Amino acid sequence: MPKLPHITPLLAHQSVDPWTQLKTFTRARIALGRVGSSLPTSEVLDFGLAHAMARDAVHLALDTAALEADIQAQQWLTVQVKSMAPDRASYLLRPDWGRKLHEDSLSKLQHLYATSSQTKPIDLLIVVGDGLSSLAVSRHVVPLLAALRKCIPEQWHIGPVVIASQARVAIGDEIGQALNARMVAMLIGERPGLSSPDSLGIYLTYQPKLGLSDAGRNCISNVRPEGLQYARAATKLIWLAKEAMRLKLTGVSLKDESDIQEIGQQARLK
Amino acid sequence: MTYSYIAGTHTYQFADLKEVLAKATPARSGDFLAGVAAQTYAERMAARMCLSAIPLKRFLEELIIPYETDEVTRLIVDTHDKQAFASISHLTVGDFRDWLLSDLADSATLKQVAPGITPEMAAAVCKLMRNQDLILVAKKCHVVTAFRNTIGLPGHLSVRLQPNHPVDDARGIAASMLDGLLYGSGDAVIGINPATDSLPALMDLYYLVDEVINQYEIPTQSCILTHVTNQIKLIERGAPVDLVFQSIAGTEKANKSFGIDIALLKEAQSAALSLNRGTVGNNVMYFETGQGSVLSANANFGVDQQTCEARAYAVARHLSPLLSNTVVGFIGPEYLYDGKQIIRAGLEDHFCGKLLGVPLGCDVCYTNHAEADQDDMDTLMTLLATAGLTFIMGIPGADDIMLNYQTTSFHDALYLRKVLALKAAPEFEVWLKKMQIMDADGNIQPIDHAHQMLKNMPKYLTPP
Repeated sequence: MPKLPHITPLLAHQSVDPWTQLKTFTRARIALGRVGSSLPTSEVLDFGLAHAMARDAVHLALDTAALEADIQAQQWLTVQVKSMAPDRASYLLRPDWGRKLHEDSLSKLQHLYATSSQTKPIDLLIVVGDGLSSLAVSRHVVPLLAALRKCIPEQWHIGPVVIASQARVAIGDEIGQALNARMVAMLIGERPGLSSPDSLGIYLTYQPKLGLSDAGRNCISNVRPEGLQYARAATKLIWLAKEAMRLKLTGVSLKDESDIQEIGQQARLK
Repeated sequence: MTYSYIAGTHTYQFADLKEVLAKATPARSGDFLAGVAAQTYAERMAARMCLSAIPLKRFLEELIIPYETDEVTRLIVDTHDKQAFASISHLTVGDFRDWLLSDLADSATLKQVAPGITPEMAAAVCKLMRNQDLILVAKKCHVVTAFRNTIGLPGHLSVRLQPNHPVDDARGIAASMLDGLLYGSGDAVIGINPATDSLPALMDLYYLVDEVINQYEIPTQSCILTHVTNQIKLIERGAPVDLVFQSIAGTEKANKSFGIDIALLKEAQSAALSLNRGTVGNNVMYFETGQGSVLSANANFGVDQQTCEARAYAVARHLSPLLSNTVVGFIGPEYLYDGKQIIRAGLEDHFCGKLLGVPLGCDVCYTNHAEADQDDMDTLMTLLATAGLTFIMGIPGADDIMLNYQTTSFHDALYLRKVLALKAAPEFEVWLKKMQIMDADGNIQPIDHAHQMLKNMPKYLTPP
């Protein structure tokens, strides 16, 4: 048998792309180099890790007990509810189940409303839903609530923070309706991307009720330290909520001009 | 008309043709969500056996969505070529499968017959075919189109370079574009999914891509995937528009939910043709479709998602596109649950498109909440390229940072071209060799620091 030639270390087979400096312009996976025409091992593994993080974000159940304890530690009242989707597989296959409260949860909220000593309606109800990323919720909801507390107008009645599992955005409508809230802010885990497994989304809905479409909401997306910071997200939400209260609507007719207003304020300060 | 099939002591009843079609469809989550899928494995096979005996002529008599209320049905009926249909008009759906697989149905014959095949006939026979049948017949169907290069010649696989950026940053887009070109991608189109809807910002994107194409004299075309009405406005304002893009679907109601109808697409086609920017051909349209889009618009009328998808190809065919792309795994697991369903749907769409005469490419892709991974994508892209797929997507590292999904990469295209001996569009290949990106044997070349495209980068990438 002929002797094999000496095999050089892997890196010697690898063609490095001489435009790696362009990586400063984009997070896209450019200039990855190649072995033959294929991806180098390090890149295959890096991609695999990113996908694994995103998969875990979808499939790891939200630890609702721990989340509830953390939220209560910030002096919020809480209540836990469930959607009609009994498990993750049904949740993924039946989006309609994730939008609907389980009947036990609906009675729980109705009872809570009927027995409440509070006579003033809830102005802004905060609902936390696992959505498609439990990671986003477990990482960002508590610091976001802390930021919100600082900018919610004192005269607003907020109500308990509702924690909903196997939830889609529209479940906030039924929850808001059951508690007779003027507005609902749904904080929910967004569909995870490869580079953003923990993006939190916020959906604001005026006069929530069953059957509303997404055109009736305002969305603030990509809330996380690498995206939209907690403080800015909180400011945006409260800006939108005040405008919604003034215009008596949310959705396509409510344009987010919070940045413009902020620039205006800065200009006045100078 | 009702249909039935007797299996042993059990008689399976089907209320109408669309129920037979839906229940004969291989299992997929979207049809269960719609409530149209077979309830048992045996019922599914009974529906297939029933379907197999239905004459093709029946599909011209029993329309699955009424002529009076749906313009896609009207298009299908009014443009049906009876002469082309004559040679297959005596066949049942089962016979049609046998004939398609036979050597009698060669490439020239299939091309002649294509205008006589309706989407429903294509969808029906598709449901009786195994994956290998879908590959074999699709490979025989040649659909060749042209604009600044020639797409779809046998033995070729083109790539849409998709240099998306989450905020349309010109440097980020240009960097991904350069990356793709140096990997030999971009012959199908350089097509950006913009984050913005603003017309001035879209105008900038048109100029960005057009300048790069002109700077390096690349024989390819550009496209900005915004709503068709934006593109018409931008053509009026003098934008350098090569291809006009639009998402389309298989029912009038679904198209309405996209804000379009066939007349609007015709108007857009005329506007693009008036610019006369093609050099070797005049196919100016680029369409995207995907199973499940009709149900998600609540516009399926009890028709299964694969049949709805095939109907979208009737719309595409009517407008002679350069490219039509089925974005197969983007919609999510409630429509296509896992790798198996995504793979099957990709092969079905490609088969139906090619049989009808549409230049079908495929965005071989998945989202992170679907039960799929890179291995499934490798399987589907290899099967589709074997079947003669017109084009795939090329995204840096398969990771689209704007749309947050995983598709195919520049490396994937090189893999397919190498393993299956496929070539880039001929005019583009000449350019790749001239630019020393490809050697004389068609292999991708190492690029060194002194390469002319790195020494002379797009202006967006050079420091001020």
